[in-house]
Amino acid sequence: MSSAGNNGRALPRAGRALPWALVTPALGWTLLFFVLPFIAMGFSSLTAHEGGGFTLSNYSQFFTNPSYWQAMVNSLQVTAIVTVVSVLLAYPFAWILAEQVPERGQRLALMLAVLPFWTSYVVRSYSWLLVLAQNGVINRVLTGSGLITEPLQLANTRLATVTGFVHFFVMLLTLTIFANLKQLSPSYRKAAADLGAGPVRTFLHVILPLTLPGIMVGAFLTFVLCIGDYITPQILGGNNELLMPQLVMMQIGRRGDFPLASALSIILMAVVTIAYLACARWLKIERT
Amino acid sequence: MSIKSASGNPLSVLKRHLHAACAATALLLAAGSLAEAADLNALIWCDHSDPALLQPFEEANNVKVNVKEFEGTGAGLAIVEQSQPGDWDVMVIDSIDVPRGVEKGLFEPLPEDKLPFADLFPQVKMDGSTVVGGKRYGITEKFGYNTIGFNKTKVDPADMQSLASLTSDKYKGKVAIYDYYLPVIGMAALAIGKKTADLTEADLPALKEELLKMKANAKLVGEVTASQTALATGEVDILVGGGEWVTAGLAKENPALDFSIPKEGAVLWSQSLAMFKDSKNKDMALKFIQYILSPEGQARLATSSCYWGMPSNTKAALTEDQKKILRFDEQPGFLARAQSYPAPNAEFDKKMQDMWTEMLQAK
Repeated sequence: MSSAGNNGRALPRAGRALPWALVTPALGWTLLFFVLPFIAMGFSSLTAHEGGGFTLSNYSQFFTNPSYWQAMVNSLQVTAIVTVVSVLLAYPFAWILAEQVPERGQRLALMLAVLPFWTSYVVRSYSWLLVLAQNGVINRVLTGSGLITEPLQLANTRLATVTGFVHFFVMLLTLTIFANLKQLSPSYRKAAADLGAGPVRTFLHVILPLTLPGIMVGAFLTFVLCIGDYITPQILGGNNELLMPQLVMMQIGRRGDFPLASALSIILMAVVTIAYLACARWLKIERT
Repeated sequence: MSIKSASGNPLSVLKRHLHAACAATALLLAAGSLAEAADLNALIWCDHSDPALLQPFEEANNVKVNVKEFEGTGAGLAIVEQSQPGDWDVMVIDSIDVPRGVEKGLFEPLPEDKLPFADLFPQVKMDGSTVVGGKRYGITEKFGYNTIGFNKTKVDPADMQSLASLTSDKYKGKVAIYDYYLPVIGMAALAIGKKTADLTEADLPALKEELLKMKANAKLVGEVTASQTALATGEVDILVGGGEWVTAGLAKENPALDFSIPKEGAVLWSQSLAMFKDSKNKDMALKFIQYILSPEGQARLATSSCYWGMPSNTKAALTEDQKKILRFDEQPGFLARAQSYPAPNAEFDKKMQDMWTEMLQAK
């Protein structure tokens, strides 16, 4: 009896402990690889590069130095352009894939969509440089066909940076939107048709609102990955304008100014947080 | 009975396994630390990771050279700060930055009598920065020039004898700028008739104006690979800040690439080797430095697959072809017109970098 009684008390304790035991690895991981480094970065951003000591000057530099501020403006502009262009290209692509391509073809198409993720940023960016350069594929075709006499300045521009980014992110967005479209029950369309809605109206009032969460998840991922990327703008942009990650790297290279680099990184994280809050409504995993 | 009990209890079995695992780990760590003692840990630039350079030393001394590459003194010093004392044995560093390492108490004085100082080009000994408090902490192993690199089939080589060509309309859109603020600011200083050693904050407006003129002519501002690629592929015909470190390595594939030391001069780059004070393997570290400074080591380092540069030892065992590509015989004249990197204090350095940032953002 007493044994049974003990077990009877032990089981609820074990039951209470189980969720914590299951979640502990994830909490530990987050603590070790996100929270602690973030706290360290926060402390670093509040210290002076020379001599140490508490200071807010790393943050004030960002707000008072126009070229630093410009880096943030450039980053936001490039990221916004990349996100919008990627969504506009990815949606029709995902729709064709989900609605027009047979199941067997979809697997092949998805495989092709994932291929760009297999190559590194560096290789992909240099490949684009070969395509866009003065002696690159595009200029050779255009000059060879007589359409232009002088090569166009395509590489080392914002256009090149955006092209490199879009190449990568349009696939990411296609996958998220495709998954969303596949989850939609055909009965929605039937119901819309029964109520007299044409294809355009059905799309605008039924399909698009229901796939908005997928678009927003993909757009947010695009935003986060794009605004923090250093490689693509460094290789394709030709340093003709600085983006925030490049500005961060500049502080580390020769001067080793980790406090300023930390402050700029925290500001970048704040922007990502604002972006998250702006689309938090759509970023829920489950859909009602 | 107790034995049976102990062996049969799952907790005891687990404890025994844990003890065994701990013992095995301790043995592995001990073996690792022994292996580490036989290794040489070098914090280097990419030219030292060339197997053609390291292999002969490793075989001759039965040692493994573990290398970690870094770019920029700041990044290198940050790696040291995040390491344990004794983790590193030798370091490659910009000669002008040797005092930064000495101030942090990182380096060991070098024994001058055991190194070939007498054989070095006198101008690259750089005692002003490699000697601190009367003690020598670095020895220059390789040098060269941040100057004008160009494609001689696309530009008039006579124009490349003046820095004024870099801002002339004739070459608008044909120029790339190497993305390292110190040497290019040094070149801007030469262009406006200033000595790099005399630069002060009062010179910043004139330097900025010159940099903006260069930027207006430039198609891109690129790091090593990007600027080298731009010149090699014909994207640009001139590289500001280029030199033998770009053109010599590509000479076989593209003999049209060359460099000039214009009449205003060029900016001398110089890299040194230093030994860590806390090195656990100082004898081997010294052997390594001696090897790198030997005629054979110097030839291999000078023609490293990562980038070429002039060996600081005048007796480097280069072939005639290699000497021709590096323009070895012209060095006395080049060195006479070369000036060192600007060596600003921390505050001035920050202002220079901010000026560089403004230049990059300029449309």
